Amino acid sequence: MTNPKGRFGRHGGQYIPETLMNAVIELEAAYDYFKNDPGFCAELTELLNEYAGRPSRLYFAERMTRDLAGARIYLKREDLNHTGAHKINNVLGQALLAKKMGKTRLIAETGAGQHGVATATAAALMDMECVVYMGEEDTKRQALNVYRMRLLGATVIPVKTGTATLKDAVSEAMREWTTRIDDTHYCLGSVMGPHPFPTIVRDFQAVISREIRAQMLEKEGRLPDAVIACVGGGSNAIGSFYHFIDDPQVRLIGCEAAGRGIDTFETAATMNTGRPGIFHGMKSYFCQDEYGQIAPVYSISAGLDYPGVGPEHAWLHDIGRAEYVPVTDEEAVCAFEYLARTEGIIPAIESAHAVAHARKLAPAMGSDRIIVITISGRGDKDCAAIARYRGEELYE
Amino acid sequence: MNKIKAAFAGGKAFIPFITCGDPDLETTAACVRAMAAAGADIIELGIPFSDPTAEGPVIQEASLRALNGGVTTDKVFDLVRDLRRDVTVPFVFMTYANVVFSCGAERFFKACADVGVDGLILPDLPFEEKEEFLPLCRQYDVALISLIAPTSAGRIAAIAREAEGFLYLVSSLGVTGVRSEITTDLASIVKVVRENTDIPCAIGFGISTPEQAKRMADLSDGAIVGSAIVRLLERYGTQAPPHVGDYVKTMKDALREGESV
Repeated sequence: MTNPKGRFGRHGGQYIPETLMNAVIELEAAYDYFKNDPGFCAELTELLNEYAGRPSRLYFAERMTRDLAGARIYLKREDLNHTGAHKINNVLGQALLAKKMGKTRLIAETGAGQHGVATATAAALMDMECVVYMGEEDTKRQALNVYRMRLLGATVIPVKTGTATLKDAVSEAMREWTTRIDDTHYCLGSVMGPHPFPTIVRDFQAVISREIRAQMLEKEGRLPDAVIACVGGGSNAIGSFYHFIDDPQVRLIGCEAAGRGIDTFETAATMNTGRPGIFHGMKSYFCQDEYGQIAPVYSISAGLDYPGVGPEHAWLHDIGRAEYVPVTDEEAVCAFEYLARTEGIIPAIESAHAVAHARKLAPAMGSDRIIVITISGRGDKDCAAIARYRGEELYE
Repeated sequence: MNKIKAAFAGGKAFIPFITCGDPDLETTAACVRAMAAAGADIIELGIPFSDPTAEGPVIQEASLRALNGGVTTDKVFDLVRDLRRDVTVPFVFMTYANVVFSCGAERFFKACADVGVDGLILPDLPFEEKEEFLPLCRQYDVALISLIAPTSAGRIAAIAREAEGFLYLVSSLGVTGVRSEITTDLASIVKVVRENTDIPCAIGFGISTPEQAKRMADLSDGAIVGSAIVRLLERYGTQAPPHVGDYVKTMKDALREGESV
């Protein structure tokens, strides 16, 4: 799918400073070697199963199914992974790869803090140094995760530039990488950035759809009719979609954070409000003004609060293979509460965007239809923020 | 493109950078005129970008000041058109790929040709991606200037062979900004460049003092200074032009020293 320069249709590429070019070339060569190395693959599978707790469950949400009175609903429980989100799938892969490359230090960006926690976890496990860049605004929204990262031995650097959110954390991690390349691997958290990151991260997250496919065939004897996942950069979504891309009967639906609505400036719905651009190492869709200045975006969810989207999603959008729908803060918060009460599962506010769309979609589908929603993470980290959204003065 | 080459013909070149619109376009215009009068050989004009990933804090903040002041790519083109009434020094734009892409590359390069911009530096457009804009650069005779970094081992010859305008040799790892010491083995990089092209090669990133500029220019064909000048804008604001002129004169004088000896 990827051409020699890491293209997904017109998207992707390697738009980065010359200083980093040999680093990404070295990474690509190492990945191309190790992805086919039986020893590496066995070691990674062992880590994913024994340490992260894979395979994650594909749970039939019976109460939700009955309540919505339409399609049968399954939840892919990435929230049950060690560290509480899908991020660990990618991080264990990249950390192991970095270790094989002789790197001793991991740097990472984080939005909600889930990728930062996962990277700090892998660094602790593999005895590597770890520095995490996090927008100052997000360090406030997700204070508990900052503590968690420090507890795991990582250094957290609050990023004060720009909007002090995920985009600025990515910029700062890229800047930091240019100062120290020899011993440092940039453990990028989503299917974005310059080639080979979108491919590497997608491959490590593709375990999600590999499992959904097998579990669904076992439980229902057929493929689902729709797979729904939230999209910021898009790693849990591409992981959930990947092994269904060649099955046109499976609808692939990505849920973007619309914030206060796609007709306002306070949104992060890249596909619905952005246009093609070049930023953070890739050509893709970005929220930007008429002069190409990257727009400050907004979502209640720190993990979806990003002005771009991974290039493979941009391509799936261009060719019409996947649909990308906006979900507002309000809809996501309602879905967060709904899943808690209906199934006793508190999803990450990011994942609640996918739940919200499923609530709209399922009633219009027949009871012989099947929807899979990827619950990309657990919502403990969001409880205080949602309480505040509902007017309760609750602080962590 | 010949205009850029000619700028290196009279000895070691001094190439100052300024962020357009920091703090306003009138100040930028006055600074550019002061730099030209003080002996700048090429002037790098920065079109501010919201998220300049190759810049250190000094130029990041300048970009923000400029954008907050309302500068746009169109206003920068107007600025250059105005400057070209009396300033003949070659101008090179320094910005980010999205500024060009988003403007519409054809419109951007046509405007460069119309107003008199001689070259373009895009720090996020490496050798592998230069085809994105190269055909239009050629069509409108705007030199697409390539960068070489301390980490470019194995790539220097290829980049040099296809270089246009001049080569921008990045002195050290990291982002732009003032450094007390530059430790990269630049002489051996320049040697590979020389073996592969006769296009001039200037060193930038981290240079602020006349001594550093002289040392870097001795190793190559010129010195590029950005953050040290932007700091003058940060400090003096709209009163910066004479200070910028004095600084550029000091730096250019340092490069002239010993040239005829």
